[in-house]
Amino acid sequence: MTVTLTTAGPLPPLDDAEATYDVVVVGAGVVGAAVARELARYRLRTALVDASDDIGNATSKANTAILHTGFDAVPGSLEARLVREGRDLLAAYAAEAGIPVERVGALLVAWDEDQLAALPGLRDKAERNGYHASRIIGADELRAREPHLGPGALGALDVPDESIICPWTTPLAFATQAVRAGVHLHLNCRVRDITPDADGHTLTTSRGPLRTRHLVNAAGLHADGIDRLLGHDVFTVTPRRGQLLVLDKLARPLVGHILLPVPGPAGKGVLVAPTVFGNILLGPTAEDLDDKTATGSTADGIRLLREKGRRIVPGLLDEEVTAVYAGLRAATGQEDYRIQEYPGLRYVAVGGIRSTGLTASMAIGRHVMGLLTAVGLDPGEPHELPPLTMPNLGEAFPRPYRDAALIAADPAYGTLVCHCEQVTLGEIRDALTSTIPPHSPDGLRRRTRARGGRCQGFYCGAAVRALFEEERP
Amino acid sequence: MTGQPREVDVLIVGAGPAGLAAGAELAAADAGRVEILEREQEAGGIPRHCHHGGFGGRLDRSAYAWASAAGSAYARKGTTGPDFARRGVAAAVAAGAALRTGVTVTGWAGPRTVETTGPAGPEQITARAVILATGARERPRSARLIPGTRPPGVYTTGELQQAVHLYGLRIGTRAVVVGDEPVGHAAVATLRAAGVHVVAVVTDRTAPALRLRSPRVPLLTGTTVTELTGRRRLSGVALRHHDGRTTTLRCDTVVLTGDFVPDHELARRGGIVLDPGTRGPAYDAAYRTSHPGVFAVGNLLHAVERAGYAAQEGRAVAVPVLHRLAGTEEAAGAGRRLVVDAPLRWIAPNVAGPDGARPVGDRFVLRTGRRLPRPLLVVSQDGRELHRQRLLSTAVPGRPFTLGAEWVDRVDPDGTDVRITAR
Repeated sequence: MTVTLTTAGPLPPLDDAEATYDVVVVGAGVVGAAVARELARYRLRTALVDASDDIGNATSKANTAILHTGFDAVPGSLEARLVREGRDLLAAYAAEAGIPVERVGALLVAWDEDQLAALPGLRDKAERNGYHASRIIGADELRAREPHLGPGALGALDVPDESIICPWTTPLAFATQAVRAGVHLHLNCRVRDITPDADGHTLTTSRGPLRTRHLVNAAGLHADGIDRLLGHDVFTVTPRRGQLLVLDKLARPLVGHILLPVPGPAGKGVLVAPTVFGNILLGPTAEDLDDKTATGSTADGIRLLREKGRRIVPGLLDEEVTAVYAGLRAATGQEDYRIQEYPGLRYVAVGGIRSTGLTASMAIGRHVMGLLTAVGLDPGEPHELPPLTMPNLGEAFPRPYRDAALIAADPAYGTLVCHCEQVTLGEIRDALTSTIPPHSPDGLRRRTRARGGRCQGFYCGAAVRALFEEERP
Repeated sequence: MTGQPREVDVLIVGAGPAGLAAGAELAAADAGRVEILEREQEAGGIPRHCHHGGFGGRLDRSAYAWASAAGSAYARKGTTGPDFARRGVAAAVAAGAALRTGVTVTGWAGPRTVETTGPAGPEQITARAVILATGARERPRSARLIPGTRPPGVYTTGELQQAVHLYGLRIGTRAVVVGDEPVGHAAVATLRAAGVHVVAVVTDRTAPALRLRSPRVPLLTGTTVTELTGRRRLSGVALRHHDGRTTTLRCDTVVLTGDFVPDHELARRGGIVLDPGTRGPAYDAAYRTSHPGVFAVGNLLHAVERAGYAAQEGRAVAVPVLHRLAGTEEAAGAGRRLVVDAPLRWIAPNVAGPDGARPVGDRFVLRTGRRLPRPLLVVSQDGRELHRQRLLSTAVPGRPFTLGAEWVDRVDPDGTDVRITAR
């Protein structure tokens, strides 16, 4: 296994005389990584490039981490189909690769008569989307299933297959499998210009030129900019900021399901959901912005979330806040994905992948593969990728610190470094020497949970940073 | 996966000043097998990384000794944090306590049975008496709900001190310190030791809790942090003064100090009742929690008091624990709760024990949420006044003040909560 992963300096010259990739995927978020993994199944020379120092480092790391059924998608849309297909693909892949998933189910809680009246329509929409397990429950059953819910809940739509998933392990698994199968990964590699010609494209990047025959634009928030470099003016990405609060693990017993708002005239509203790490998530806000770098939280956003959270599950606000973050959804003003192939340009644009992108990622990967064939790529025969097992970050699955056999074999798995999240020296060491190692302490956190807990580094921060710097000075 | 089951007489969770002192005292009193578990690789607790003096002296005010940090004469009294920690460890070990570092209690498997993990594998330890001494931590940026970006360069004092004194990590060039409690002064000293220029100390109090002993650092009172800025690195701290003025201080480091909360997770996982004021386990003067045979000491009970005080509590828990082992203790949980009215924030202990036991030094410790010049403290139960006492000094937020305990035996064990009010 030869792994090609570069983070600095000029891009390495390709082996062959032509020095040209068959496909370059721009953007290593969950979608780009899924496309790269799909391409890795073929004997192609593929590169995955990203402007940041890690995979999954923008919208993919800061979302609500839900594996959707697609029950509420726009029936007949591309998004509805890819979410439905992607859900099954990702659920199966997660089980195989050790990505934590918990099928906690969702309840769309109606807080007034209008919302209650909207539930049958939502159930019918779910049916039209091919999801047949949802049903409406009354206030008593709702209260019995969510005893800590605030007063005034009138009923709910029960969607038992909505699940929660680890948003960090998923793109990392895709990219790891791709890279191990020969896909080149170039980080800190921002695409500045693209010059198409008869044979393909020359990309001018922050790390030098790159040649490719085919191009996939999975640049997320910046997909419109990449598209414009090719002379298009089809869509504009308006970043929609979602701020979220992560509450202490001691809040976890207060919430059993993903508690979704009933969509109404005032927008989609705020949800309360467990995370696979054992916390509770409260959010997101929905703020349309111009600035694609505005991933900061605001006092107003935090205040709004706390107000909404107090209504939904009052006890939540008594618990400490473990993290506050904000992600930007790639809204395009159209209620569907914008995936478009351009045969003359040997180019596929993957735009407008909104909050369902994590769920749909593997189906998007397959869809894009089909479109690449349509624009002239001859991929040859696919082969099976060697199976992959990711380190488990989920609370619902066995973790090293309790594994007597593992600790007996290597005491480093019994040596806790991060106490709040029970992360061991063994896990940190493994992450630092993994196929795609972290290039920042935050990257290490996304691979291990180290220093992601309630103390946010009061106890372990210096120790974790010292381990990181020892490995990557 | 259940670990290897073991039994001990006394199990102490946490080898900071309180846990070590309890272990030393109990081992010296032949309490049987006394085992102290410490999750860090080195015992000693917070003082391990407090490189200023003042520990264990008569004026040992705080784990982050405030006076010494700012270079006052008090520094010459007592010793440094690491030395204090070493002495505590040596005393416990010399007395015969079994001190095990790198062993973490991960949960409960019974009323006095804990699950642990460590390099030697998981265990289940059952004790005749459990003493929780898990300490306190500073609330991080997220829990303080400070908006903005999430760049590197944001510290609590605990992380800063460890980074500088235990790991020798690089910090930055320009720092803002938030909070003027004693620990804020310790943060200033640590930053200076690391060669970082301290731009300002910022506090939302209009009058500082104590006079800054370092005229070189501007103190901005009545000021709150409204936002952190910067991407790859912190670039600034946005501030708002109470009068509406705003500004941004350019810096690459911010240290969020004080605002301690008890590390109460293990207690809560075991269903132990908390006091709403301290957020630590509710406890009486004999350090009994709501669970029979489970005691609590140190800053888990009241975040935070000085290390010397925590150690004193550790020593004081020995007698009630020995009673427990001998089968001669009063039932726990039968006492009356002590509750405070605002602006008082908490009182400790916060249960009047059934046996009329008096707290350490015959005094209760209190905190206030706002400055109270010479307050009158009134203790009452069911409308009946039990005690009144005029404080001769000013009670200020972030600093302890005390209330005499001579009224404890006047508490009606069949009455309702005892109220403490400041006028």
